[in-house]
Amino acid sequence: MMPSTREADREVEEIFRREAGRVLATLIRLLGDFDLAEEARQDAFAAAVEQWSAGVPANPRAWLINTGRNKAIDKIRRDVVFRTKVFDRELASAEADAATAFEESDEATFGDDRLRLIFTCCHPALKQEAQIALTLREVCGLSTQAVARGFLVSEETMAQRLVRAKRKIRDAGIPYETPEPSLLHERLQGVLAVVYGVFTEGYAATTGTRLVDAELCGEATRLGYLLDELLPDNAAVLGLLALMLLHDARRAARESLSGDVILLEDQDRTLWDHVKIAEGLRLVDRSLCISGQVSAYAVQAAIAALHVRALRKEDTDWPQIVGLYEVLLRLQPSPVIELNHAVAVSMVDGAARALDLVDSLAARGQVSQYHLLHAARGRFLQQLGRLREAGCAYRTALSYAALEPERRFLRARIASIED
Amino acid sequence: MQYLLMIYRNEAELAATPPAELAAMMAEYVEFTKGIIQAGQFKAGDRLKPTSTASTVRVRNGKVTTTDGPFAETREQLGGYYLIEAKNLDEAIGIAARIPGARVGSIEVRPVWPPAA
Repeated sequence: MMPSTREADREVEEIFRREAGRVLATLIRLLGDFDLAEEARQDAFAAAVEQWSAGVPANPRAWLINTGRNKAIDKIRRDVVFRTKVFDRELASAEADAATAFEESDEATFGDDRLRLIFTCCHPALKQEAQIALTLREVCGLSTQAVARGFLVSEETMAQRLVRAKRKIRDAGIPYETPEPSLLHERLQGVLAVVYGVFTEGYAATTGTRLVDAELCGEATRLGYLLDELLPDNAAVLGLLALMLLHDARRAARESLSGDVILLEDQDRTLWDHVKIAEGLRLVDRSLCISGQVSAYAVQAAIAALHVRALRKEDTDWPQIVGLYEVLLRLQPSPVIELNHAVAVSMVDGAARALDLVDSLAARGQVSQYHLLHAARGRFLQQLGRLREAGCAYRTALSYAALEPERRFLRARIASIED
Repeated sequence: MQYLLMIYRNEAELAATPPAELAAMMAEYVEFTKGIIQAGQFKAGDRLKPTSTASTVRVRNGKVTTTDGPFAETREQLGGYYLIEAKNLDEAIGIAARIPGARVGSIEVRPVWPPAA
């Protein structure tokens, strides 16, 4: 029985959605140019819409790659503007590669191409904001408009950022390669920073009125799964994926209906996504079991795991959380982690000891404009009954906070003291 | 592709470096240069005299003006360069990282346009 037209359309759409990333990654390798590859993919999809009405080919991915490559080669031949020396050389190399494209079109090669694409988009010679934008556009397949929306810049600004990044890849000779083994670990850290950057941008947008952008969180998690598929049994990849899932699991409980921040201790734990939590806990365990690799992401995930394991906030294992923050401070010293450590200490040893830690952090001056530092000081001072100083600290925090829900939260704290 | 590796470092610090340390670094440079020559990556390379010897020339409306000193005052100054042949940016970065001066100053890696046909 012939499928109805509607069903056939859906099938084609589903194939496009599934294959878009792989087709692009391989076309970039075959054609040696991002823009040419993107156009080629678009041409191949357009040709497929016309030609697949009679039936989808047996290997749609190979068909799309082959068609895209041939269209691109035709275009280079036809277009006199392209006929420069450089492009003649590219054409020759594209044709040579094309001759072997079919024999090697197994899953492993496609996986390799996707990994090449990820490492190229996250190359340290690109600015991190450009790395993030390129990854969302080229690896995740988001539209330029969607990437721009995620980062609250105009579409035009984002388009320019992408053009500049692609131009640097081409002109500076950034290779379309997975780094050699001696560099892999270091370069993977850069890739993971990009993935986590996408996630945190979605989870705690730094400016504006929204607290959570679910689309960016979803893309970051999908990237994490893709990396796990391409680089299996890697402690850092598993740790980051676990961390994102355990944070994301609490998303629904983190924001009130009116868009206000709800602190972990006040969250309705029945709103947490227990499927994601179970998956996150499983991944933390796997990450921590890989010997010889301790990932800072896994330690952060283990901290998140201790929070979500507690059925009531009173059950939280704070002494172990303090210990894990100390491990984390050794692996990856940072003022933000010191601050979180101080908050955990306040739960074990009390606010006075935590206030000492935060004051010594503030005295070093690196984070004097970090609103959460002042918010934490305010809270410790409030717990110690030093209300006037607490009010001052909250007001300082308010002067540095940019996100509207956080500002409302701080105003509420100030009001509660002054009542 | 060819890359120009520009070696920047703080000249005041360099001037204050003890002679024995300088000699050791020069020996390292000799070793490094030999290595990239043997690997077929070396195209050119030189050490520059300090920026106190620099002059900057501009031609405006056909008139030549010459001023004392480098084009811009910066914390680190250009002190030498290598022109290398590398397969791609990763290889160029790998070579730049082996330049002895990378440990005390910084190396700017710039791809060179191929000569116009």
